[in-house]
Amino acid sequence: MFDNFVVPDLLPAAPELFLAAMAAVILLADVFIKDSRRTVVFALTQLTLLGCLVIQFVTMTGEVTFTFSNMFVDDLMADLLKAVLYMTVFVVLFYSRGYVLDREPMAKGEFYVLTLFATLGMMVMISANHFLTIYLGLELLSLSLYAMVAMNRDSVASTEAAMKYFVLGALASGLLLYGMSMIYGATGTLEITGIGQLLMTGQANKTVLVFGLVFLVAGLAFKLGVVPFHMWIPDVYHGAPTAVTLFIGSAPKLAAFAVTMRLLVTGLITLSQDWQVMLIILSVLSMAIGNLAAIAQTNIKRMLAYSAISHMGFMLLGVTTGVVGGDARMALNAYSSAMFYVVSYVLMTAGSFGMILLLSRAGFEADNLDDFKGLNKRSPWFAGMMMIMMFSMAGIPFFIGFFAKFAVLQAVVAAGYMWLAIAAVIFSLIGAFYYLRVVKLMYFDQPADETPLVAPLDMRVLLSANGLAVAVLGMFPDILMIGCVLAIRHSVIA
Amino acid sequence: MDFQTLVFFFLSAILVFASLRVITARNPVHAALYLILAFFSCGGVWALLQAEFLAIAIILVYVGAVMVLFLFVVMMLDINIDRIRQGFWHYLPLGALLGVLMVVEMGLVLGSKYFQVPASEAMLPANISNTKGLGALMFSDYVYPFELASIILLVGMIAAIVLTYRGPKKSKYTNPAKQVFVKAKDRIRVLQMPVEKD
Amino acid sequence: MDALMNFGLGMFGGVWPAVWTLVKIVLIVAPLMLGVAYLTWAERKVIGYMQVRIGPNRVGPWGLIQPIADGLKLLMKEIIVPSGSNKAIFIIAPMLAIAPALAAWAVVPFTDSLVLANIDASLLYIMAITSMGVYGIILSGWASNSKYAFLGAMRSAAQMVSYEISMGFSLICVLMVSNSLNLVDIVYAQDHGRFAEWGVGFLSWNWLPLLPMFLVYLISGVAETNRAPFDVAEGESEIVAGFHVEYSGMAFAVFFLAEYANMILVAALTSIMFLGGWLSPVGFLPDGALWLFAKMAFVLLLFLWFRATFPRYRYDQLMRLGWKVFVPVCLVWLFVVGAWMMSPLNIWK
Repeated sequence: MFDNFVVPDLLPAAPELFLAAMAAVILLADVFIKDSRRTVVFALTQLTLLGCLVIQFVTMTGEVTFTFSNMFVDDLMADLLKAVLYMTVFVVLFYSRGYVLDREPMAKGEFYVLTLFATLGMMVMISANHFLTIYLGLELLSLSLYAMVAMNRDSVASTEAAMKYFVLGALASGLLLYGMSMIYGATGTLEITGIGQLLMTGQANKTVLVFGLVFLVAGLAFKLGVVPFHMWIPDVYHGAPTAVTLFIGSAPKLAAFAVTMRLLVTGLITLSQDWQVMLIILSVLSMAIGNLAAIAQTNIKRMLAYSAISHMGFMLLGVTTGVVGGDARMALNAYSSAMFYVVSYVLMTAGSFGMILLLSRAGFEADNLDDFKGLNKRSPWFAGMMMIMMFSMAGIPFFIGFFAKFAVLQAVVAAGYMWLAIAAVIFSLIGAFYYLRVVKLMYFDQPADETPLVAPLDMRVLLSANGLAVAVLGMFPDILMIGCVLAIRHSVIA
Repeated sequence: MDFQTLVFFFLSAILVFASLRVITARNPVHAALYLILAFFSCGGVWALLQAEFLAIAIILVYVGAVMVLFLFVVMMLDINIDRIRQGFWHYLPLGALLGVLMVVEMGLVLGSKYFQVPASEAMLPANISNTKGLGALMFSDYVYPFELASIILLVGMIAAIVLTYRGPKKSKYTNPAKQVFVKAKDRIRVLQMPVEKD
Repeated sequence: MDALMNFGLGMFGGVWPAVWTLVKIVLIVAPLMLGVAYLTWAERKVIGYMQVRIGPNRVGPWGLIQPIADGLKLLMKEIIVPSGSNKAIFIIAPMLAIAPALAAWAVVPFTDSLVLANIDASLLYIMAITSMGVYGIILSGWASNSKYAFLGAMRSAAQMVSYEISMGFSLICVLMVSNSLNLVDIVYAQDHGRFAEWGVGFLSWNWLPLLPMFLVYLISGVAETNRAPFDVAEGESEIVAGFHVEYSGMAFAVFFLAEYANMILVAALTSIMFLGGWLSPVGFLPDGALWLFAKMAFVLLLFLWFRATFPRYRYDQLMRLGWKVFVPVCLVWLFVVGAWMMSPLNIWK
């Protein structure tokens, strides 16, 4: 029985293998590199991410490939999301670099190693086709993030945030596992495509499935951070060091989206009537509470946290409208609009937190709204960049955020949920208030300190590129939209 | 009742008793010791099922290493039992409710017909041990999750070191850069106290 | 043997297997206890000669009755239970110390047929059982309600958990090359090879190809048994006698028995795993249990020799050796052995 050992097809998982190997190499190299030459570790990390990007494109086939006994799936959606993921982490690390160097406990190579392992966890989640790998990827990501949040260990706020994140994250994992075990009980398999096929035959017991589904959705909602499972988001965003907040706020959303698609669409599409209702409730609540609570914030990290809640709620709208009355014709439009939304959100959120990092320096956290006062006088260019981000987040036309919202709303209206579309628009209008307040602070208030901004060239260039991307993609959204449509058509909708 | 059943009931009785004592023992060290006993009898039950690898692994890993470190910590802590027990009656209704719910759920799961997943029929040939079978599966069908789990353990290790290791401290010195920023109010606190009579 | 079985079945009927197992247990434990007694005697003699003394020489010829006299003396003494101690655990702790040292013998093969229980995963069983020996020490330290005892217990807990890792790694190399977890198979795996064909079998045993692992195992074995130079748990010059400072009489004697029984066990395991067990070193002599005893005696001599030679390690040095030297060495050698086995130079086919 042991003689027929077959080496699994490693090619689809080549980026994962490369990243894991490089993370181990960097971990070891870091031990032997002097503190003064820590840049080497940074450079190696960035090269690793670029290498992953290259490998991802070289090994891309455009077909759905399974490997590791069907536990790993490589399709166009995975390719695209992972490519965005590498670029996001690449940019995030450039933004964080100065911030991290100024804060002693974080200025270690472990920051980069943990980032890489978290990235690996997200890649595993994006490519998971098995409950076991979803769970393991999630834990790999979460465990790295808990440590990164607590890394600034002399800060009480960070430690408290890490503790909250850890306890609630463990609870969420428990919920997810409970749901998975229920579904396993009903179907007898852990493989997501297998579950999808089995449910088509209609043999499994519906009651048990829905019971499991509730827990599954609750676990996913925890990870996405939508109401009523959003409690951790403001505290963690606020308490974590800004560099880590930037990381938590951006890349993991991609992975959470992918897992949602795999679990709910690939696996449980036959139960869409049930989970769509749940998601609608979650998304309306998130948009309401996220946007209303954000108005009351004075801390910009907290404000962006509530904004994240409302954006994730908006994104879920796209997921809820795929199947209307058993008819899945709208699915392509709906799911690709959600994917477009999540990618554009990651782009905007990276830029916004990047601005906070730009204003921060050693011993000073620019995380209050007041720190943005009069930014126009200090640096008109970057005030402009921040304005682009805020306009885009608010959904003001001809930035990428507008098209994201537009695409989702289109899907919602096409699905016949007129009231839902109206509610979404109203909440977005409420949300526009606090985004525009930031713009007002930057242009019409007097700065508290007049010191000009100092930032390394690489950060200035990247941040400008990020802002311009938000603007340019807003004019030509088709580039990204076509990618999303192709990805969804060739992977999720079989 | 054959001998195996007898052994099973014997071990299970110890397991249940020990588990109960884990949560009722007043002394935390005693509770930890009962937990060890529970693990040990659990290993015995697994051995009865001919899952020798699991049986030995739980003893090797939990009894032999994890619980040693656990005891290590528990012994050093000064745990005030009375303070921990303060909220006991307060939380009892909620706890009891949750407990009853869990029992009901377990009953539903174990008793209902939906969960009668047939026991694995792929019995190993007699000449292949349970350990060998597990090993072969772990490195063939389940190699991906297996390696992922190992990476998670590695991250756990890195995280623990990052959060606790503060580097060797060979000498005491002052940091001039920080000294410059010291203000009087960091060092001196002026208190207003009422004059004490007599 | 068969005749004996039939006789027994006739005499006792169905309970005979249980009785027979009990007889076998007694047959293993009784000589073991005798061995422990005379190991203490040998220790004093060997160290005596190394330090140009004579050692015990008053009780019986060459002091041969000395261990019996010591045992009797300890039996007569009172067991003092300190006030404020945790009485139940205080009494249980010595038993927990000796039980694993005896239980592990269940799977030790003296020859290919002379073994109490020939189970598949006997190597794992040994590792699991020996890993429990630490409880006797930490519980005695805690239950004594004494600072010195507690310090000794803490040291010993950290030490044993640390050295178990390198010990486990070296055993993984052994099981890789012998492709089995069964101790009998592990011995047989050392029986073939080019040198065994030439009649110099001792060069085919695991100690030569796995030399670094042999050394790591031997040294970790010394550390696991809390013997000098790794006896920081006792450290009589720093923490008087460590974990058993409050023990007296028979309770103390049981700790003593446990330590020496563990030494003999480690010697037996080293002989089986690395020195070919009951195999004869050269082709023209027959195999047999006597060879195993000779090898154990040699390893035990090494233990005594270490004690007479090396000063005690400082605690941090001990930890550094375990974590920063042995663990990396083991990891590297694990790779080397794996690569070696996959290469055409593989000698373990």
